[in-house]
Amino acid sequence: MSMGSLLEMKGITKVYPNGVLANDGVDFSVRKGEIHALVGENGAGKTTLMRVLFGLETPDEGEIYYKGSQLQISSPLQAIRSGIGMVHQHFMLAPSLTVTENIVLGVEPRKGLRFDWDQAVSKVKELAERYNLHVDPRAQIRDIPIGMRQKVEILKALLRGAELLVLDEPTAVLTPQETEELFASLMELKKQGHTMVFISHKLGEVKQITDRISVMRGGRMVGVRNTAEVSEADISRLMVGRDVLLRVNKPPAKPGKKVLEVESLSLFTPEGKALLDGVSFSVREGEILGIAGVEGNGQSELVEILTGLRQAHGGSLRIEGQLCTNAAPGQLRRLGVSHIPEDRMLHGVAVDAAIQENLMADRISKPDYSGKVFLRTKDIESTAKSLVQEFNIVARSPRTPVKMLSGGNIQKVVVAREFSSNPKLVIANQPTRGVDVGAIEFIHRKLVEICRSGVAVLLISADLNEVMSLSDRLLVFYGGRVVAGFSNADAVSEEELGLYMLGIKAQESAQLKEALA
Amino acid sequence: MIRRDLVFEIGRTLIAIALALLLGFVIVLLVSEEPFNAFINFVAGPLTTTRRIGNWIEATIPLIFTGLAVCIAFQAGQFNIGAEGQLFFGAVTATIVALTFQLPMYLHVLVALLGAMVGGAIAGAIPGIMKARWGANELVSSLMLNYVFYRLGLYLINYHYRDSSAGAMVSYRLPETSWLQQFWPPTRVHWGLWVALAAILFSYLFLYRTRWGYALRMTGLNKDFAAYAGISVSAVIIYSQVISGAIAGLAGAADVLGLYRRFQWQQLPGYGFDGIIIAILARNHPLGVPIAALFLAYVRSGASIMSRMSDVSAEMVAIIQGIMILLVTAQAFLAKWRHRSVVREAKKHGLNA
Ligand SMILES: Nc1ncnc2c1ncn2[C@@H]1O[C@H](COP(=O)(O)OP(=O)(O)OP(=O)(O)O)[C@@H](O)[C@H]1O
Ligand SMILES: [Mg+2]
Repeated sequence: MSMGSLLEMKGITKVYPNGVLANDGVDFSVRKGEIHALVGENGAGKTTLMRVLFGLETPDEGEIYYKGSQLQISSPLQAIRSGIGMVHQHFMLAPSLTVTENIVLGVEPRKGLRFDWDQAVSKVKELAERYNLHVDPRAQIRDIPIGMRQKVEILKALLRGAELLVLDEPTAVLTPQETEELFASLMELKKQGHTMVFISHKLGEVKQITDRISVMRGGRMVGVRNTAEVSEADISRLMVGRDVLLRVNKPPAKPGKKVLEVESLSLFTPEGKALLDGVSFSVREGEILGIAGVEGNGQSELVEILTGLRQAHGGSLRIEGQLCTNAAPGQLRRLGVSHIPEDRMLHGVAVDAAIQENLMADRISKPDYSGKVFLRTKDIESTAKSLVQEFNIVARSPRTPVKMLSGGNIQKVVVAREFSSNPKLVIANQPTRGVDVGAIEFIHRKLVEICRSGVAVLLISADLNEVMSLSDRLLVFYGGRVVAGFSNADAVSEEELGLYMLGIKAQESAQLKEALA
Repeated sequence: MIRRDLVFEIGRTLIAIALALLLGFVIVLLVSEEPFNAFINFVAGPLTTTRRIGNWIEATIPLIFTGLAVCIAFQAGQFNIGAEGQLFFGAVTATIVALTFQLPMYLHVLVALLGAMVGGAIAGAIPGIMKARWGANELVSSLMLNYVFYRLGLYLINYHYRDSSAGAMVSYRLPETSWLQQFWPPTRVHWGLWVALAAILFSYLFLYRTRWGYALRMTGLNKDFAAYAGISVSAVIIYSQVISGAIAGLAGAADVLGLYRRFQWQQLPGYGFDGIIIAILARNHPLGVPIAALFLAYVRSGASIMSRMSDVSAEMVAIIQGIMILLVTAQAFLAKWRHRSVVREAKKHGLNA
């Protein structure tokens, strides 16, 4: 046992019931008080390794030592008792319960036999205060932005006495501001003696916040480095095994006719608060219109309306001149709208269905794939196979159920379907959330390629880098309104964008009009 | 890979049956004076005479229909337990159609079967429409409707088609042209068997080879995803219930047209609830349904022979039956044992082999 190790995992092997060897004799060690990065491509086995640690998966071989003694972890309960906490890649919160209820679930303070709500709330408040993790204890999970849900997950682990905290891609869903906040909290945690394992595909973050880095590839551990001694390029080379292009090459846009026209769209909460307040803009063929903004300023609602998942209360929506306000999702898809949804697990896939069934969801009734009565199974299979290949989805076969894929590969399934549907308009909401550097490069390249072939693209991303480097034109959302527009996305600085995003500045209407056309 | 899964599923079911039999035997040992005789009756009884084999097959026919009906509803994510009322009402409408029309031989049967399907479909559509329109929970509504259609059916038969010359409360005898012919004397095994096989084929092809079946399955797996992808979820809910109801209706028709030749049920026959057991045993797959239905019918028929031919009480028989079904249905059973072989194989082939 090496000096100062809090955790030692030795020779961990994990085979999933379907025969995937997800961890192959992995050694992993973490020192007390450090923030340790765990990186690797999609499907490298990071989540699996952490699930083994947390008692969610039983390893087939290997030992775990924690604080010097061997640990037999067979359930999360045991992991929690030993002081290990985990924030999962795909959240595990009960959406209809409040923040407080979720945090104290299972360890509720009681007054006699009853649940002591007031004490629970004050406990949550106190904890939030101590670690600088601000949440609204009384809000329902389904009403709060993803960034806050993240904090709820962390608080949940801390309340249970976690000393070693595993964070599985905590920043994948956060805005830059939220990420900064989170990092401040993590540094605070570190100062107070906590140890963290930090999984991320964003190498900048890894560089910024971690002390050491463990790199996995294909189920094996391929190296451990001191963060200070390696560059981002070094890390990605270790991960992918080749050099990765971190910036997109984008030929100049040649915008054509308007594909999407949005006119004074509005939406209200049941209490009458405006979620969208007279939003107007348009997107032309061959251009990428980016929407920047702090999450929770109406972007998600806008996308839901544009894709038929939600009804607008006012305004209109046209696709290629055809009025289709509040049309059903199927109708919009027939008009050529494709959609990469923000929450892939909710809308993007049916996890129990095969990859090929997921790939065909939007087009199954087309004559290419379905005759008068029967499906054309051969064509479905061959199309699915070529999509799996083209989009580099790591899976045994197109018949593998999606639930057996790693997070990033699930995203690739969604992207593959939405890019291959012959769209006129692609609405991409956080298209690279949780995918590895190689895949980001690939998705960005595809997005530009498909756009320049004459498709209109609406890009919504919390990743400022992403919107700025991909967009031709750029809008900023704040408080359900478009507060700024730039007809040339290259001409704006990150700082200036920040001011608009936080609502500190807003453009004059004349200036705005020019950028919206 | 797929092959190994199948072998495993079958192996584990066989082991479960063996265990269940052993447990059943232990119980019989405890409660019976003549345990060997009792147990032999249970295990081998259904196979001892042609007539008993016939009874077993006859009992299997309606179970296939209700098993399929429940499979289809479950695959659509509809927790529909209304097959009972649907098959009862289907039997009633089949009776009415058979008594109302005078048609030549084959046509008459077909029309009567169609009548059963329409009756079952109507009974099935109601909870579907209520769910699609108003979000009414189908579990509750389909359960309640069982009693509504039970009473409605009895009313129709008693007040309009009752044979007053018969001693019991039964309908008029159906004309011979509307019968599902019995083709294997001395048993009563009838053409309903072929209809059941056709229904299996239909259900399989429908679910896995048509776009409507695809939409149905996707809706069942994740209805937010289905809606996002452009599938009309409310249409799926309604047509899945209609089809499920129509197939359940055939279960009623099979017994009326094939066995009794008149309507004579005073009680709900219970096939609808058996359908749920069968769907679970068959893992909601139509091709598993006939096997599961044969199994359940065998257990039921063995149990009834045992209670007639030995000193084991009817209650004890019901308990043994229940234990067997429970054991065989248990999903997680033996999962560990299988995993070891998977690990061995994976390590041999390496990642993603
Ligand atoms: N429940 C499961 N059943 C079968 N295979 C699985 C399961 N979960 C993951 N796998 C497989 O195990 C491998 C490792 O997956 P894992 O989720 O650990 O990857 P990851 O490194 O976390 O990737 P990502 O960055 O995409 O989240 C993948 O090939 C995946 O397909
Ligand atoms: Mg992962």
